Amino acid sequence: MAKTSMSATHKDISFTLNGRPVTALAGNHQNLVELLQEQGLFGARESCAQGLCGCCTVIVDGNAVSGCLTMATLVDGADVRTIEDTGADGKLDAVQQAFIETGAFQCGFCTPGFILMTRQLLDEHPNPDEDQIRHYLAGNLCRCAAYTEIIKAVKLAAKKRKG
Amino acid sequence: MTTDTLGNSNAGAAMGRSIPRVEARAKVTGRAEYVHNLRLPGMLYGRIHRSTVAHARITGVDVSAAQAMPGVYAVYTAADIRKLIPEPYFGPAFHDQPILAIDKVHYVGEPVALVLAADPHVADAAAQQIVVEYEELPAVFDEVEAMTSKAVVHEVLKPAGTFPDLKHLKDKRDTNVALDFHLRRGDVQQAFADADHVFEHTFRTQQVLHLPLEPFVTVADPAPNQLVIHTASQSPSFVRIEIARLLGWPETRVRVKVPYLGGGFGAKLYIKLEALTAAAALIAGRPVKIALTMEEQFYTLTKHATTLRIKSGVTRDGKITARECEVWWNGGAYADIGPRITQKSGFTAAGPYDIDHVTIDSYSLYTNLTPAGALRGFGIPQLVWAYESHTDMIAKALKMDPLAIRRINILREGRPQATGTLMRDAGIEPVLERLAERMTWEKKYDRGSGTMRRGRGIAIGFKASISPTTSMAIVNISADGSCIVYCSTVDMGQGSDTAMAQFAAEALGIPVERVSVVHPDTDVTPYDMATLGSRSTYHMGHAVKNAAEDARDKLLALAAEVGLSAETTPIPDIFRKKYGMQAGNIIGIGSFIPPYTPPEPGTGLTTDATPFWMIGATGAEVEVDTETGEFKVTRLVNLVDVGRPVNPAIVETQISGATIMQLGFTLSERMEFDAGQVTNASLADYKIPGIRDVPPVMENEAVDMVQKTGPFGAKGVGESGTFGVSPAIASAIDDAVGVRLTSLPLTAEAVYRGLRANAGKPLQD
Repeated sequence: MAKTSMSATHKDISFTLNGRPVTALAGNHQNLVELLQEQGLFGARESCAQGLCGCCTVIVDGNAVSGCLTMATLVDGADVRTIEDTGADGKLDAVQQAFIETGAFQCGFCTPGFILMTRQLLDEHPNPDEDQIRHYLAGNLCRCAAYTEIIKAVKLAAKKRKG
Repeated sequence: MTTDTLGNSNAGAAMGRSIPRVEARAKVTGRAEYVHNLRLPGMLYGRIHRSTVAHARITGVDVSAAQAMPGVYAVYTAADIRKLIPEPYFGPAFHDQPILAIDKVHYVGEPVALVLAADPHVADAAAQQIVVEYEELPAVFDEVEAMTSKAVVHEVLKPAGTFPDLKHLKDKRDTNVALDFHLRRGDVQQAFADADHVFEHTFRTQQVLHLPLEPFVTVADPAPNQLVIHTASQSPSFVRIEIARLLGWPETRVRVKVPYLGGGFGAKLYIKLEALTAAAALIAGRPVKIALTMEEQFYTLTKHATTLRIKSGVTRDGKITARECEVWWNGGAYADIGPRITQKSGFTAAGPYDIDHVTIDSYSLYTNLTPAGALRGFGIPQLVWAYESHTDMIAKALKMDPLAIRRINILREGRPQATGTLMRDAGIEPVLERLAERMTWEKKYDRGSGTMRRGRGIAIGFKASISPTTSMAIVNISADGSCIVYCSTVDMGQGSDTAMAQFAAEALGIPVERVSVVHPDTDVTPYDMATLGSRSTYHMGHAVKNAAEDARDKLLALAAEVGLSAETTPIPDIFRKKYGMQAGNIIGIGSFIPPYTPPEPGTGLTTDATPFWMIGATGAEVEVDTETGEFKVTRLVNLVDVGRPVNPAIVETQISGATIMQLGFTLSERMEFDAGQVTNASLADYKIPGIRDVPPVMENEAVDMVQKTGPFGAKGVGESGTFGVSPAIASAIDDAVGVRLTSLPLTAEAVYRGLRANAGKPLQD
């Protein structure tokens, strides 16, 4: 991407990315997914580009947002976390483990979005019933339709989180 | 360092085990490799300018405004492509599709020009500045009209020469028929005359599409001695051969690499973006990436819409004696693989029934719509929709139970299918019986009361495998006893990497954790026809098994040569004894091509139509609101014969995923057109199933079967879950409220119209 110092089209921003401070020159036309790609992170994926599929889910200041509908310059000063944010020990969390154990994905393209949304679901509802799970994850699409396994994964993750 | 010995350490533990996918960790951490992620130094982004009319002569293309935009590297039209590739037409069945439109456009959305820029936003803006002038021509959109229409999509037909049954179409003019397949068995007209009853119905299926969440994406890199194509393709070997043909190069000058796919479902077969991306990269002398938007997928490939007419002669006690089927496949503007669907699936149009007299006429039609191709089932879901709905309509007319009429007519083991091929290892009867059991079909069923009525339905379908096709594989045992499988099967989410690792481990008798699978790279992995039609488990499974057995035999020989017992010596010790250190490899090779007898021209008869049969059945329960026509699918029971499941957990995910995908094609998905223009080309307006659309009860089961000719008893599974879904739900609605729908999708409005019509108060259109 051509970078210029023109302030009318770009802005210098600083934010925290997966726990580390980052500075970037963000284009006014760029969305958050493109900004993350320039940082070498590809787990947030632009698919429908309308905020309907959840493939581009990113956690900004603790809230799940659609990266394709979030302008890059808006994360100036924010805490940004992506699916690549694994702990220093590289261990998978309860949600990731549960997705693997229940086989809750096929092609894997939508999986980061589902995992990030499931973490937020379990933060808010540690014991979700099936209706809550279906309601909370209604904004994430999986064309391979691993939905029945995803529901199982969420339930298993809830159990794992309790230890 | 392993202490595993060949065949002893873990023998028999790989096959039939629900191990997690080999790439599971990469997928849950967002680190799985997709073409989507790839960026190369100096790479340009391509954006396509597309046709705005359905059928027209191009009278002018003005690219000056686009070219003048700051940041635009180049704008190409067909004239530029033809300097590099004089005959830039591609396709698996017909060489009918130009890289960019030449003189004419044939559908709305056809690529006309390409803009390259370092910034994709610049390319996007510039593509919109291109002005194309058209002189419009009459267009045809309906597949039945296309049979006799004065509007002809292509002036002259150009079969690719690959398939013998298309040769008679060479240079044919003034026709939209891209293949006419005919099957003739017995004497249908006499049997109709002799029958107690004759029933005839017509059915329709709508245009839908694959919509993988990773849209089509290709990167081409014109390296000095070789063109490297990184592409989200299900058929890397075909891409290499076809690109080399277009350029007049040896195959080895084209290298095709495929990482994981973000879904395929049949969309990413043959040539899609590869020829355009490759040509642009070669002309520009720079790497080029073309990544389509979700909207552009609607202009790339669809499933065939179909019209199906089916007529049966039946005895008074429900035995079907004769069946006549006519199928018109709406192929869109370019044939893609449509002619193969017309024949390979067409020959099963009479259903999994034992019928003495059958005629089938199956027509592949060109129309001025987005091209149609393979979509999870290769035409079978359309056919099952018709023949299973028809079966239930006959049962109802004869006041017979839907299960009873199927039991009378089902194709049993060893009986000839319509082509004459005998059914072998085809669990039609076990699948039907197990479905009846799980549905507790013979128990009294509560059909509700008042404004809420319940109903249930069953449907069963079958599919032949695509034949004859070739798969090759290499198995490499390293000096530490670990093993690498090289094959060109594409893992698009179906779990083939895991299955191939399990096959190799099973054949070698080593732990599956010690096997890795190399992704398709045509410089490294040998030829495979393609990842399609549920063929990989069977075909590549055999090739990998053969390669692993070859490697095992060579390791046994090596052990004997150095005076060791392969049974008791850890594998690394054999290598160390031979080479004096941890060094060397054992390379096993394997290939597989199943036997096949082509159908006789004219009659379509053959004694060997397919190496194996796939069987799938669904039972559905619905609740219908009689005041509004709204209905809910409350339960889906899916039964399949997949032979022996390689990985039961992944098999179940395949069944359930296929079923839910077909649920979308049954209830909500429909491409809307206005003068050939898709008017709902986004996920906002085209509704695919979400998590809330999954029925509350979903049950999936693979019946206990073994495919005796399959690798370790296995066969394909990816499509079987789709077969019965649509007709089972339509039958359940009919069972609940007496409304029979014959067009997909099944909507509340259609049910309501049916309820009003039944009440003698039909709604006006």
